[in-house]
Amino acid sequence: MIEEEFDAIVIGAGMSGNAAAYIMASQGLRVLQLERGEYPGSKNVQGAIMYANMLEKIIPDFRDDAPLERHVIEQRLWVMDDSSHTGVHYRSDDFNEAKPNRYTIIRAQFDKWFSRKVREAGATVLCETTVTELVRDGRGKVIGVRTDRAGGAIYAGVTVLAEGVSGLLGTRGGLRQMLKPEAVALAVKEMHFLPEEVIEQRFSLKGGEGCVIEAVGTISHSMAGLGFLYTNKESISLGIGCLVSDFAAMRESPYALLDAFKSHPSIRPLIAGSEVKEYAAHLIPEGGYKSIPQLFGDGWVVVGDAAQLNNAVHREGSNLAMTSGRIAAEAIVEVKNRNAPMTKRNLSLYKTLLDKSFVVKDLRKYKDMPALLHTNACNFFTTYPRLMSQAAQNFMRVDGTPKIEKEKATTAAFIKARSRLGLVSDAVRLALAWR
Amino acid sequence: MTKPVTKLRVEDKLYQNRYLVDSGRPHIKVRPHERPSANLLALIHVCPAKCYELNDKGQVEITPDGCMECGTCRVLCEASGEIEWNYPRGGFGVLFKFG
Repeated sequence: MIEEEFDAIVIGAGMSGNAAAYIMASQGLRVLQLERGEYPGSKNVQGAIMYANMLEKIIPDFRDDAPLERHVIEQRLWVMDDSSHTGVHYRSDDFNEAKPNRYTIIRAQFDKWFSRKVREAGATVLCETTVTELVRDGRGKVIGVRTDRAGGAIYAGVTVLAEGVSGLLGTRGGLRQMLKPEAVALAVKEMHFLPEEVIEQRFSLKGGEGCVIEAVGTISHSMAGLGFLYTNKESISLGIGCLVSDFAAMRESPYALLDAFKSHPSIRPLIAGSEVKEYAAHLIPEGGYKSIPQLFGDGWVVVGDAAQLNNAVHREGSNLAMTSGRIAAEAIVEVKNRNAPMTKRNLSLYKTLLDKSFVVKDLRKYKDMPALLHTNACNFFTTYPRLMSQAAQNFMRVDGTPKIEKEKATTAAFIKARSRLGLVSDAVRLALAWR
Repeated sequence: MTKPVTKLRVEDKLYQNRYLVDSGRPHIKVRPHERPSANLLALIHVCPAKCYELNDKGQVEITPDGCMECGTCRVLCEASGEIEWNYPRGGFGVLFKFG
């Protein structure tokens, strides 16, 4: 019988790993968390918007000392063509509340804070340590890990794989399949620094208010993709991401796409005069419900991006990560408190609880969306944005053309581009995938 | 002549980043090959750090010093065995200041 030094090993100190380590350590479990970066957050990249509700369920008083940038009071959803944007903006003073709902954050800073909470809760956090292999017993149960540090294997009752989107250990260990190029997006991002008052002036903000923009359209060069701009206190996070399969097929360069997005007439004035201090790239799971792998087994569970838990339609990821980490930890604590072994059967409690949460319910709702957007990228990301821009401009521009003729021209343009059947079919398929 | 300009731009971008390069231990290797597959060839354009380049024999080479460890090349080329991808040793590689 191998002596277990720890009740649980958590691999990775991102949102899901920190949530899991915090909950288990708070409940008195002996937790070891391993992180390959120099400090927690040094390998992590996110837009980033953080949703308060999911963090409140883990650290209720997080607002006291968490490094938060701005609380979001305005969200702009844009459809762009080469020279314009058409948008839905929602700005409300209701978001100026005692406990705001959404914040922009800077991950390297936020993750350091979260990790401090994990250590304060009693977990042992070891950075600069890459886990190289899962250790199994004769029956295949995961009983520990090997790392690139000197010394042998480290043993624990259960291993929480919070290793992030790439998920090397899980895929190499045969726990789940390799990511598919059409089920993952590559996003690149820059940090643009500007004085606080300049940001507040450009976006009509005051006192910690924030504004976020998310955009689809010709900016993604007919690939399935999204551009974003988030205001932080003294910086703007700006980026764009598209499916890896589309990047490969089109042989597009992400940095060229980013530079084109930055020089778009609707974006350029917002970042004018900024100083860029970092360029980052990261993958985002986009496969949705149908890509969720096996979530638990003998001696292990997988959480967060490694489990593909990302809602591409609503651009939510870190909250699903946090929640899956929390729920996995709660399931482990319950099994532990029953003095039961960490078997596949007992750890299935994690999936049972996750299925009841918003995480799986939301992903199930949009289960057909990834396939729809993947197979119709050109229509949804180029043809319709162009048509919408033309329609809006036709409607706004006053040039003596009778209104009835303008409306006929707009209708004709839609039919010419997609045909009557195509329009109906696109609408029906979108409605079905959204349902 | 857009290519040299683009190259310059990526290097300028990467210059902003912090790295601790593990000298002599590249975490990504390209398997020797005669002719690159379509996916391997695509990496010349798709890699966000422009780590992949074509040599004059038409083969794809990698210099992973500017790698941001996104894993795109792994998604496209690991299954075929054309590249070997590992995380850098603990503490090495890209160190995001903001992320």
